[in-house]
Amino acid sequence: MTYTNFTLDTDAEGIALLTWDMPDRSMNVFTESVMEELDAILAEVVANDAIKGVVLTSGKKDFSGGADLNMLKRMMAQFEAEKTRDPGNATKLLFENAGLMTGLFRRIETCGKPWVAAINGTCMGGAFEISLACHGRVAADSERVKLALPEVKVGIFPGAGGTQRVPRLADTQAALQMLTTGQTLTPQKAKGMNLIHAIAAPDQLIETAKKMIRDGLKPVQPWDEKGFKIPGGPVYSAAGANLWPPAAAILRRETNLNYPGAAAILKCVYEGLLVPFDTALKIEQRYFTQILQTTEAAMMVRSLFVSLQELNKGARRPAGVPETKFSKIGVIGAGFMGAGIAYVTAKAGIPVVLVDRDQESAQKGKAHSDTLMAEQVKKGRAKPEDKEKLLALITPTADYAALEGCELVIEAVFEDSTVKKAATQAAEAAIGDTAIFASNTSTIPISALAGNSVRPDSFVGIHFFSPVDKMMLVEVIRGEKTGEKAIATALDYVRAIKKTPVLVNDTRGFFVNRCVLKYIAEAYRMLIEGVPAPMIENAAKFAGMPVGPLALADEVALDLAQKIMRQTVRDLGEGAVEADQLKLVDEMVDRFDRKGRKNAKGFYDYPAKPAKKALWPGLKDLYPQKAPEAVDFDELKKRFLFVIAIEAARVMEEGIVTDPREADVGSILAFGFAPYTGGVLSMIDGMGAAKFVAEADALKAKHGAPFEVPQLLRDMAKSNDTFYARFNPYPPEKEAA
Amino acid sequence: MTEAYVYDAVRTPRGRGKKDGALHEVPAVRLGAGVLSALRDRNGLDTAQVDDIIFGCVDPVGEAGSVIPRSAAFEAGYDFRAPGMQISRFCASGLDAINLGAAKIVAGSDDIVIAGGVESMSRVGMGMSGGAWYMDPSVSLPGWFMPQGVSADLIATKYGFSRDDVDAYAVESQKRAAAAWDDGRFKNSVVPVKDVNGLTILDRDEHMRPTTDMQSLASLNPSFVIPGEMGGFDAVAVQRYPELEGINHVHHAGNSSGIVDGAAAVLLGSKEAGAGLGLKPRARIKAFANIGSEPAMMLTGPVDVTEKLLKRSGLTLADIDLFELNEAFASVVLRYIQAFDIPEDRINVNGGAIAMGHPLGATGAMIFGTVLDELERRDLNTALVTLCIGAGMGTATIIERV
Repeated sequence: MTYTNFTLDTDAEGIALLTWDMPDRSMNVFTESVMEELDAILAEVVANDAIKGVVLTSGKKDFSGGADLNMLKRMMAQFEAEKTRDPGNATKLLFENAGLMTGLFRRIETCGKPWVAAINGTCMGGAFEISLACHGRVAADSERVKLALPEVKVGIFPGAGGTQRVPRLADTQAALQMLTTGQTLTPQKAKGMNLIHAIAAPDQLIETAKKMIRDGLKPVQPWDEKGFKIPGGPVYSAAGANLWPPAAAILRRETNLNYPGAAAILKCVYEGLLVPFDTALKIEQRYFTQILQTTEAAMMVRSLFVSLQELNKGARRPAGVPETKFSKIGVIGAGFMGAGIAYVTAKAGIPVVLVDRDQESAQKGKAHSDTLMAEQVKKGRAKPEDKEKLLALITPTADYAALEGCELVIEAVFEDSTVKKAATQAAEAAIGDTAIFASNTSTIPISALAGNSVRPDSFVGIHFFSPVDKMMLVEVIRGEKTGEKAIATALDYVRAIKKTPVLVNDTRGFFVNRCVLKYIAEAYRMLIEGVPAPMIENAAKFAGMPVGPLALADEVALDLAQKIMRQTVRDLGEGAVEADQLKLVDEMVDRFDRKGRKNAKGFYDYPAKPAKKALWPGLKDLYPQKAPEAVDFDELKKRFLFVIAIEAARVMEEGIVTDPREADVGSILAFGFAPYTGGVLSMIDGMGAAKFVAEADALKAKHGAPFEVPQLLRDMAKSNDTFYARFNPYPPEKEAA
Repeated sequence: MTEAYVYDAVRTPRGRGKKDGALHEVPAVRLGAGVLSALRDRNGLDTAQVDDIIFGCVDPVGEAGSVIPRSAAFEAGYDFRAPGMQISRFCASGLDAINLGAAKIVAGSDDIVIAGGVESMSRVGMGMSGGAWYMDPSVSLPGWFMPQGVSADLIATKYGFSRDDVDAYAVESQKRAAAAWDDGRFKNSVVPVKDVNGLTILDRDEHMRPTTDMQSLASLNPSFVIPGEMGGFDAVAVQRYPELEGINHVHHAGNSSGIVDGAAAVLLGSKEAGAGLGLKPRARIKAFANIGSEPAMMLTGPVDVTEKLLKRSGLTLADIDLFELNEAFASVVLRYIQAFDIPEDRINVNGGAIAMGHPLGATGAMIFGTVLDELERRDLNTALVTLCIGAGMGTATIIERV
């Protein structure tokens, strides 16, 4: 028989090489058609006496990325449709669908003939699960081979036997850690965990796999053998008693129980290891069915998988502008931001000219890359020659003329209009007419800065976050006169350095900083109300924020916050900043000399290592303290999420951000907004606008202006609208294309 | 209404709950048989008249399994008509056995009941019965499971008890226990454990360290830092009590209850049944109650159940002459004293489990007997006995001399 997605070649010794190579795709994924064909292939393998065993491999550079999430999308759409007709039957159907891959993989491992997975490259999710269902697993000794069950990161979990096969191969604790974090394994690490049998040189991969079969690989999995023992020991054993109680506690510590998918993994493994394998698969299927129905799963799959990929592939890039290949990029200003920009640019293999006022300053900026690469080498993530290669790409200079030939120049000088003006003019004198000039400003509107430029249509904002090497989001800012080519070039650049762009229109604070300021301001309000400081920080963290607002304020620096607040008052008038918040910051900075982490004294004390930072005890004396029992802790959590989401809705209403995917993905990547919600707007969509507005109104009655929702949300509440419907990023004509 | 009376109470001495402890050679069932024999022999009891034998046992597995009071009755040579049952309410099992026995008498189903408990921690081992409470994530997550030591440290952190506070309490417990032994205050209740030849194996609580002082305790490292930090339980505590930044670990082996072996039994009956057997009542069970309390802090159930019990019984704190609260951890007692502002000379006056040990299923019946003896010695009337309990519960009983 012939297949669309596979070829099946049986050699003289009866070993069939099953090569997965989907047409018109760069990566193999599980689709309905792949599943159907695998079923047919399995039947052929079983029926054909000439076939002794099967080696499963990929015809592409990578093995497979796992399940096609569009298949999941279709499954959920079918569920939602059936739910309106017959909820009971909908759940039953979903349960059956959730078990399709499980059933197929189980049939493979019990077919009576040996299967070996020959893993030549990235092997994720369902692909790793089918490999685990094979009787043998060989991986190529290659950096391309990355093995993982990453489902938990998008709100679901490995539901095709992964939660059962991994802890039946690896030690239970290692299995739980791998499953609950979605950790990526190298072949060496996977072999150490007993998840694969062998590692082979890439050109020996298939031969090694075939040899396993020739050597008499038994077509029976360990758990189907009589007398099988769980590698980590029985659940109810001394080892189990040391493992399970802390496993749950650590899960709570790491997730604050905001991620049902992660908790379900623990439940699957615990319950599954107490019963025979087929029963265990059924248990996994039940939990998988439950988790698929959670709001968290729907929102996380959309934002953290679908939207993230779309934005990374340039979903917002203006069509019709040819892609820019970068031969040279200029960075002006070799301070902390400029040095970071130079690093990430060189990391992408692009030559960088790093300009500062003198050679020494420019050289200092390059040294930052040296430091970062030295760390990478020390951690084994890079080789010494990678470091030399990267450093060779950065040319530090004080001569603007060196910018000649750059397709893009990014200015990251001091936040001062005069300094920026000089840099812009000096650069424009050196670069060609077609080059794009970008400013990394975080505080000055792009349209104002474009006034310094002789060609404002080539002027764009590219706003990085600190530290540049770690923060994955970049705001691309469209000024009033910014042209399509400038936008396209900026987006091409962000793609080249493998970061995620969001395209925002020009305004004070753009998108991200507006949200962050609201977050910190709400913490100030709580402090002023007399909420004990630990409750403020803990509320934010338990709500899913990665860093407490007071700790974040310390990182930003309180004297800087003071400057910004005063500037805001000067620009926008007295009412623009709440007086008692300004007074709080004034007291911290002027009276107590507490400027934040920079002087080791802020809302926290920062003692010398290894001591940990601790909240400054003096905070208790600033305002009369409420008794913890008198504080509605859940309301604190809600205030943080709501105040940010409301600001994000306002940003949408003002047209600063126009695509909900960008607001969602941006909020998660830039400031870690509670990822389980799917982001700032998905949180509102997930709750429903009407419920959100009602709860915001209740908060406003108690806590005032920050909870005033924009008219947009009231309109959405009335019409039962969602952001993804109202600002549909998939207009019908695009879908048809 | 029929009332339940207390006719006698006995206990074994407590042996160090390790392999080198004196009672490690004695099977758990024999500890139980010993106290059953003592009750029979001291009271000339016709065991055919015993309607039930209820023993608390927290880890009723292995040699302690299969309804250990029934087994103990066989070994003690009781009449076959005296049945047995084993119960568990963790650390309050021994007291709950008494309460259940009293309830059966009050209800009129039983006339004479023996209630108590047994635990051989050296032979069976703590936690050997397992359980979903701490193993199954579907239970441990909503149940806020924490190891008891971390919960005790949480109590200390939340209610402001320093390392010095808890150590000072431990030193006092040791002093009081030593003084009580020296003064012979336990001699009426403690029945030596003997071998098959009648030779004494143990006749005195083995766990005590009367020379303990602040200095010697100061040298001990806190025991629950590793489960707190590495095991994630400090984070569980902070999630439940977000007003805290972290947990101050203050408990160690010297200010926590000792792991020991032992058994205790109490003879209960109605007034008529006791009279029929020619027994003189020593006290009346006035009231008892159970409660569930916040499970992360876990060990503050005595405060909650005391409030409940006083309300139910119509008594006030002033009506209670002596309090007996199991010394699971020093912070448990300090919090109880703080919550009710109890003078220190009215609570645990003869020391407690920090000095003498806590044989889980037996302790409730042991401290019940201890406070009854002390009421008589001081010629006082009313005592309240209570214990903190795993998973966040509390049990309390009020007795009154007659």
